[in-house]
Amino acid sequence: MGQWVSITVNGKNYTREVEPRTLLASFLREDLGLTGTNIGCDSSQCGACTIHMDGMAVKSCTVLAVQAHGTVITTIEGMAVNGKLHPVQQAFWDQHGLQCGFCTPGMIMSISYMLAQHPNASELEIRHQLEGNICRCTGYQNIVKAAMQARDELHHEHHQHMQEQH
Amino acid sequence: MAKLVGQPIKRVEDPRFIQGRGGYVTNITLPGMASVAIKRSPVAHARIVSIDASKAEALNGVIAVFTGKDLIDGGTGKLPCGWNVPNIKVPDRWAIQPVGDKVRHVGDAVAAVVAESPYIAQDALDLIEVQYEELPAVIGAKSAASNKTLVHDSVADNITYTWPLGDHAAVEQALAESDTVVTLDLTNQRLIPNAMETRAAVAQWNRYTEEMTLWTTSQNPHPIRLLLSAFTLGIPENKLRVISPDVGGGFGSKIFHYPEEIIVPWIARKIDRPCKWVATRSEASVTDSQGRDHVSTAKLGLKNDGTITGLFVETHADMGAYISTFAPLIPTAFYVCLLSGLYKIPSIYCNVVATMTNTVPVDAYRGAGRPEAAYLVERLMDLACRKLKMDPIAFRRHNFIKPSEFPYQTPVAMMYDSGNYDGLFDKAIASSGYHELIAKRDQARKEGKIAGVGIAGCIEASGPAPSKVAGALGSAVGFWESAVIRMHPTGKATLFTGAHSHGQGHETAFAQIISDELGIPMADVEVVHGDTGKVPFGMGTYGSRSLSVGGSAIVKAAEKVRTKMIKIAAHQLEAAVEDIVFDQSTGKAYVKGSPAKSKGTFDMTFAAYTAHNLPDGLEPGLEENSFYDPANFTFPNSCHIAYVEIDSGTGRVDLQQYCAVDDVGNVVNPMIVEGQITGGIAQGIGQALYEYGAYDSDGQPQSATFMDYAMPRADCFPMIHTDRTVTPSPHNPLGVKGAGEMGTIAATVTAANAVMDALAPMNISHLDMPLTPEKIWSAINKK
Ligand code: FES
Ligand code: FES
Repeated sequence: MGQWVSITVNGKNYTREVEPRTLLASFLREDLGLTGTNIGCDSSQCGACTIHMDGMAVKSCTVLAVQAHGTVITTIEGMAVNGKLHPVQQAFWDQHGLQCGFCTPGMIMSISYMLAQHPNASELEIRHQLEGNICRCTGYQNIVKAAMQARDELHHEHHQHMQEQH
Repeated sequence: MAKLVGQPIKRVEDPRFIQGRGGYVTNITLPGMASVAIKRSPVAHARIVSIDASKAEALNGVIAVFTGKDLIDGGTGKLPCGWNVPNIKVPDRWAIQPVGDKVRHVGDAVAAVVAESPYIAQDALDLIEVQYEELPAVIGAKSAASNKTLVHDSVADNITYTWPLGDHAAVEQALAESDTVVTLDLTNQRLIPNAMETRAAVAQWNRYTEEMTLWTTSQNPHPIRLLLSAFTLGIPENKLRVISPDVGGGFGSKIFHYPEEIIVPWIARKIDRPCKWVATRSEASVTDSQGRDHVSTAKLGLKNDGTITGLFVETHADMGAYISTFAPLIPTAFYVCLLSGLYKIPSIYCNVVATMTNTVPVDAYRGAGRPEAAYLVERLMDLACRKLKMDPIAFRRHNFIKPSEFPYQTPVAMMYDSGNYDGLFDKAIASSGYHELIAKRDQARKEGKIAGVGIAGCIEASGPAPSKVAGALGSAVGFWESAVIRMHPTGKATLFTGAHSHGQGHETAFAQIISDELGIPMADVEVVHGDTGKVPFGMGTYGSRSLSVGGSAIVKAAEKVRTKMIKIAAHQLEAAVEDIVFDQSTGKAYVKGSPAKSKGTFDMTFAAYTAHNLPDGLEPGLEENSFYDPANFTFPNSCHIAYVEIDSGTGRVDLQQYCAVDDVGNVVNPMIVEGQITGGIAQGIGQALYEYGAYDSDGQPQSATFMDYAMPRADCFPMIHTDRTVTPSPHNPLGVKGAGEMGTIAATVTAANAVMDALAPMNISHLDMPLTPEKIWSAINKK
């Protein structure tokens, strides 16, 4: 029978009854209607389903909704704040980092987490870090360029923030 | 307003995608919607003895289970072939194979479940009991022809057609009279397209109007509607609406008519509820049409001075278990007709033997026949250089078709329109620092490393196709494209295009064109595509045709809009039509010599709709269309250069530098073109180094998940350097050529040539793709 889960997604709390086997990806898409999180495979390889759970990038097809009970989740729909694109989103637009757009939400979620962990990631490090995200359209070139633009932009924001504090 | 064509305008479609608002089929939810799942064969070849669905039907939440017989009795038809080459044998193919018939590949459908949720539908699949009488599997493009087992009783020797082209006797004589002949046996391995969005279908039956709406992940919704109406589903075209909204990549695999496009709407009508089916990735790997799969033997005749005298090719092309919609086009007109490459080859003969096997059907995958041709030709060129000890560039230049020789009639039917191959190579040599790369390679070799430089010059025929030519070659449809421009009373425009965007950025590029043609801001142009309920008709997007064919239709329709606006302006300004100047940069019409008194787009469109003051005989309204049939293919060409080093301990290829120079004619949006080229290159390199849709001898797919199929990742590539030469196509109004496939066509053989150059000092002359560490290590170590 069903099990109750309570999850905060993009700042809003949701309490729902789910079948225990429900994948978090299905829960977000079907139960909450947050279809920005895509599903591209069934072997945890493609990363199209990547979200942030308690600040960590996870593949939502590999987590059960019940495991996410009590966590705080951000999906692609929650990345822009007050209509302002997240620097990684903006960089994808600026650098033509997407074609069909299917891998894009997962890429943006992975890269934003990666840059938080590795603020100085080199091009090569970015390429290695993207091991878990597959794109068939772009050849990754402009995704990597977008990641580098976002990296530099986040540095810039960080410095501005520091200056304002002093 | 500055001209927008030629500018790298950021894409207008991106804000929705980067915020998670892509409108993919799989995101559609309708009230009362049920879930469809398909029971598929786990074996490659077997007779279906019986199906027992009683346990599945008894499962709570299961609405019904349907078999092949249900669908056939319910009025569905066989999937037709859309490209009938002479004497082809097209075996029967049903949406679901009925009991008594056979399953012919792993993944062939045997039953469909419809249930209250996708999870229940999946559970029910496991409860359906199918009894199979297993048969030996027919595997291998070439050996299929001598296999005693038949995939279809109606296809003798498993040969569905043969397609010879060229003067066989002349080629034999040329080879006999040559100073030397280079021979090459090669396999162009099977690939799985793997668009990141798997296929999906949603269907809704309207019981009141008896209309069906089908949302499907297609590159061409109108042809799908046509096939559904005329052959497979039997709902008339005027009662059937097919919508392909945002589609997550296609690469050819979403051109074709698939069984689920029949099954899902058929069930939706049957149970009178909306239905949805979404393929899992594992399902996609055994049902999406696959690519390539040729086994070829080639002989190239040469004079000692490097002059090519003739080319003989025999190719066995694996069609898989059924003839997919356009499958016969790929190894024929799109392959054989490109075997002349960039070169003057006095005589060419090629015979294609197309065979049936117990594998997933093969059809177009990005490049579609042309990468196979480029691979064969450019591998041969490198082997010829080796044999004659000639420089690969000097040898190629010696045999190039020269600019003064265009239009050039090849011995394999194609008439090339334009090109400057020396100029192309000059630019690629400069752009890539070719001579420095050679020096780097030589230095690396001195240091004991295994290093190579690969070069290839490739041609493509894109923008299919003049409808008459297509008809003569076997096509069941024409290949024009349509555009309708609807000017609204307020001066805004809606474009209805028959082309379909599944990543190509049409909403941006097409709006750029209209903005330039009519002098209105891009923001005032809405681009509508992918909906048979809105777009009059269209052939869709594949073969790098959207801009050269669809874009040309837009230009022609815009001309008609201008013409009518000029008539209105002339009337209102009390001048003769000939005296009106239409300034495309502002959208203003004025009398020659007095630009101060003008009519703007709004004035003219508004007048067209109020109709208070129109010239006598001019109808109100402002909506114009064009159906543009291209005069010829376009012929993009390219020179790509790559530098690799190979780890002698592991055999792993390190692709360190890659430079691409492409002539795709004029360019509307260079940012989008560059994206198309680099994306295409990645797929080409994927084939050369990583990907293989393998089957074992029982017909079991060996790479049917992303765990097994080597999808290239970000760290497989260096930053790719792209550059262009521009030889405008002489026969379309934009002067554009296709840009979608050139990267793939050239990259496969460029990367392969680089690896083979690296292995040349070890006297290894050819290895088949993918050039995996294991294969290279074994060759180096003679294992
Ligand atoms: S859908 Fe989650 S990794 Fe592919
Ligand atoms: S943009 Fe299409 S898969 Fe990445």
